Amino acid sequence: MTQSPTAKSMTHGEAGLVLVFSLTAFFCLLAVAKAQDTAFAFHAALSSAASLWAVIAIVNRYFARPSSLPPQEIHGRPNYNMGPIKFAAVMSVIWGIAGFAVGVLIASQLAWPSLNLDLPWTSFGRLRPLHTSAVIFAFGGNVLIATSLYVVQKTCRARLAGDLAPWFVVIGYNFFILIAGTGYLLGVTQSKEYAEPEWYADLWLTIVWVVYLLVFLVTIIKRKEPHIFVANWFYLAFIVTIAVLHLGNNPALPVSVFGSKSYIAWGGVQDAMFQWWYGHNAVGFFLTAGFLAIMYYFIPKRAERPVYSYRLSIIHFWALIFLYIWAGPHHLHYTALPDWAQTLGMTFSIMLWMPSWGGMINGLMTLSGAWDKLRTDPVLRMLVVSVAFYGMSTFEGPMMSIKVVNSLSHYTDWTIGHVHSGALGWVGFVSFGALYCLIPWLWDRKGLYSLKLVNWHFWTATIGIVLYISAMWVSGILQGLMWRAYTSLGFLEYSFIETVEAMHPFYIIRAAGGALFLIGSLIMAYNLWMTVRAGEAEVQSPVALQPAE
Amino acid sequence: MTEHSDIDHVSGRATTGHEWDGIKELNTPLPRWWVITFYLTIVWAIGYWIVYPAWPLLWSHTTGIWNYSTRAEVATELANLEKIRGDKMVALGAASLEEIEKNPALLALARARGKTVFGDNCAPCHGSGGAGAKGYPNLNDDEWLWGGSLDQIMQTIQFGARSGHQKAHEGAMLAFGKDGVLKKDEIVTVANYVRSLSGLPTAAGYNAAAGATIFADNCASCHGENGKGNQELGAPDLTDKIWLYGSDEATLIETISNGRAGVMPAWVGRLDPSTIKALTVYVHSLGGGK
Repeated sequence: MTQSPTAKSMTHGEAGLVLVFSLTAFFCLLAVAKAQDTAFAFHAALSSAASLWAVIAIVNRYFARPSSLPPQEIHGRPNYNMGPIKFAAVMSVIWGIAGFAVGVLIASQLAWPSLNLDLPWTSFGRLRPLHTSAVIFAFGGNVLIATSLYVVQKTCRARLAGDLAPWFVVIGYNFFILIAGTGYLLGVTQSKEYAEPEWYADLWLTIVWVVYLLVFLVTIIKRKEPHIFVANWFYLAFIVTIAVLHLGNNPALPVSVFGSKSYIAWGGVQDAMFQWWYGHNAVGFFLTAGFLAIMYYFIPKRAERPVYSYRLSIIHFWALIFLYIWAGPHHLHYTALPDWAQTLGMTFSIMLWMPSWGGMINGLMTLSGAWDKLRTDPVLRMLVVSVAFYGMSTFEGPMMSIKVVNSLSHYTDWTIGHVHSGALGWVGFVSFGALYCLIPWLWDRKGLYSLKLVNWHFWTATIGIVLYISAMWVSGILQGLMWRAYTSLGFLEYSFIETVEAMHPFYIIRAAGGALFLIGSLIMAYNLWMTVRAGEAEVQSPVALQPAE
Repeated sequence: MTEHSDIDHVSGRATTGHEWDGIKELNTPLPRWWVITFYLTIVWAIGYWIVYPAWPLLWSHTTGIWNYSTRAEVATELANLEKIRGDKMVALGAASLEEIEKNPALLALARARGKTVFGDNCAPCHGSGGAGAKGYPNLNDDEWLWGGSLDQIMQTIQFGARSGHQKAHEGAMLAFGKDGVLKKDEIVTVANYVRSLSGLPTAAGYNAAAGATIFADNCASCHGENGKGNQELGAPDLTDKIWLYGSDEATLIETISNGRAGVMPAWVGRLDPSTIKALTVYVHSLGGGK
């Protein structure tokens, strides 16, 4: 580049964002003054401060950077953009620990209600969405963003699209989490499960998500590879569908543009249907498609084996995304939802079984020829066990969608057990496995600080999961059977309170299982921290990579 | 990157020739069992659609050849339940409380029904065994605030105490301290007198004669001269070992100073008459019925 330093000028993106954030800072300040409730004033103040910080950060970055933007390639080798990925990876670990800790707290509250402390901010009702959002969207979301932005670069051999855009995505997304989480504690909620944040948080997430889609899509478009890697199909399906679900489930009319309360456009059973179309596909496209993408990159990479079957990956991908979107009504069996919709929800859930297992087969069979590595590599073991849990939950799910099974399992702890075998076993473990791979790569380390600690993490968390899900199976089925037990005289055998008493020992076991899982994640955080701090640096080869054959 | 497939030495399969960041793909065909199972689930789904209501049409939906509906299923289950309960529930509704007590079959039915209803409606305050808690009377003992006969119990269940219902029991413990009727030291004295009524030890330097006078002037009108209580007013017996809020000096001082007015809700209108009857018999049978 021959540009002289005097020719340095702001890009359109930099200038535009400085302008937009300056205006946002001002209007949010105005909103603080006119706010109808304290929670809204707090969030407006937070947004104003964040916008101001963004302006300062962009201007500082501009003065610190050379006159030209980072090149797309250096010596014929893609100049990957890893900064935003490092940020998202670190945030995922922090949010993960926070989310697991709140999970242990609310599990303990169920066993010992006095832990609610009689304070609104620490009551189960507010902490439960804090837990679910922290683990799904904050932990899982950051893992997905970090890995997707990494994998798309590596498998397209192209630098991430955009200069500020990737930073906007990762910081903007985490700011959404901050608004959502503090809102829950202050009692701001639109009362839709897994979609609790109010209208202004939803609007902000929409903007961030569209930029995320653009960054991902444009990176794919400028790829140097002839084909698009399977992980990227899954990431793209995840990003596009989450956008559609978010827009479909959240249209709301605010009571005031200066207040936090809004009313959802949908009403009655239509609202319930929209909610579970969204809720189930949050599982399908956030927690399944997105994490299958992680599996498709990190397992072959770690096992150093080819993906088992290209054909299976195509067929199960299209079958999965076509069938999943129909399955939501199984959350509304035996409700006001019309019977025909219940039938469709159930039958599509059954047909979803094999397409889900396609991913499991591809994940597990990729190990053929490398099974011996499970003995020596606890990271690979974690990834493989995650796929096993995936297979188990995707069998259990269709089974529970069958109406007769559902009439026993619905509203019981069995559902909680099912969710957590997927969440802890599948999503948790595949994320941990990916982070154990990703952190050394991002910080140019030869390997992890300690494989022994990974082993400790693996066993602590596995025992935790087993305690958790077996306690919930037993308590769920017990609960379901007690609810439906009749005496010979034709009266209910147990009062509700007796069923609650019967759950107590299982709630203690569940909390203990969750605590073990939390301890495992703390071991991971220490290990990753030491990898970055004290890990042996990877020697960078001074010559460019050989052009691939 | 050229596209030529090579052979994977472990599986003997050809690769697709694609490669991304060192990852290749095998061209393995779909597992047969997977394809067959997938087809079977589709066939099963189509069969289910034929039998059950399934696909929306313009103005209605396919009803399925079995004409199934969840509403019909609920109706059948409720009818079956009615069949099991049979005429006995009708008999229960028609019988008086005394007749129920004398008829073993009706009594068993009423207790079974009462237990269920008690668990879902009364247990949150009175405990699942009816043992009560601070402020919520124990229903197993033979001390009754508003009377322990069948009729009295039914009266209390129907209309409650201080529930806002016209026929509710209304008496309340007055706030002698807050309302300025008694001074602080008088309250301490009378609290100790109350303790002495049931043989509990009193504080050092306590003036028994003064306590007796304060009690006679302020408390005896409801609790009786001997402190034996009055069920007409819901005034508890102070001479026994049963305490609704506690017998220690501090709690008694609190009770006398600020009064007490716990609420029992009215259940008439929320539970049907035969259910209230069953509940009455159940509570009466808990141990202390008179």
